[in-house]
Amino acid sequence: MAVFVSIPTILRTHTGGAKTVESTGKTLGEIIDDLDEHHAGIKARLVTNGSLHRFVNVYVNDEDVRFAGGLDAAVNDGDTVTILPAVAGG
Amino acid sequence: MGGFRTMDGVLVIRRDLVEAMVAHARRDHPDEACGVIAGPDGPDRPERFVPMVNAARSPTFYEFESGDLLRLYREMARNDEVPVVIYHSHTATEAYPSRTDIRLASEPDAHYVLVSTRDPAQHELRSYRIVEGRVTEEPVEVVESYMFAHTGADDVPDCR
Repeated sequence: MAVFVSIPTILRTHTGGAKTVESTGKTLGEIIDDLDEHHAGIKARLVTNGSLHRFVNVYVNDEDVRFAGGLDAAVNDGDTVTILPAVAGG
Repeated sequence: MGGFRTMDGVLVIRRDLVEAMVAHARRDHPDEACGVIAGPDGPDRPERFVPMVNAARSPTFYEFESGDLLRLYREMARNDEVPVVIYHSHTATEAYPSRTDIRLASEPDAHYVLVSTRDPAQHELRSYRIVEGRVTEEPVEVVESYMFAHTGADDVPDCR
């Protein structure tokens, strides 16, 4: 089993256009490290100085990881991780 | 940019959708209003008006609430839709993307529509592409119906 990661349009340049990719890991941080091994450069778009970017929203199933430990959020086999850049501005 | 769709350089949009964006912007003034007009993936045709809550409730900033954002994108995925238009208002400045708008723009295929409500008598509505920090303004063509608007080869109903 694996974890399914939904990739937003703006990051699909790293995944050869794929909307969903598989990954493995027990925490969101491990998932992102594994993603970066197969899709170089994606981690830098999500993480700076060991934390998620303020304007990138990441969900494990239905839960925003901001309220579930951030990069330490637990992920189980079969879960869906959804990455969505904030829709925001001034 | 590699991978992203080439642009036609015009936003063709129904009048009722323009009116809905302006009405939302007026209603939320002096805070910024924001939302999406979703449409089928491909023809670049805005169809489904989705006003969003500005979680920042601010006259100088907007952000879709995190849970709403997830629900919106799931719904669009189910319907095979994309955010054809992403709109927000400027309540004290012109309808031109701010530095923050440019920095945070993350839908290279979307038309970013700005509505300025600073003049209570007359709004200003303009549209842009924002790709990797580069802003390109495009004309807005308001139509009564998409039926006879030449929005792309797939949509031309006659002659062929």
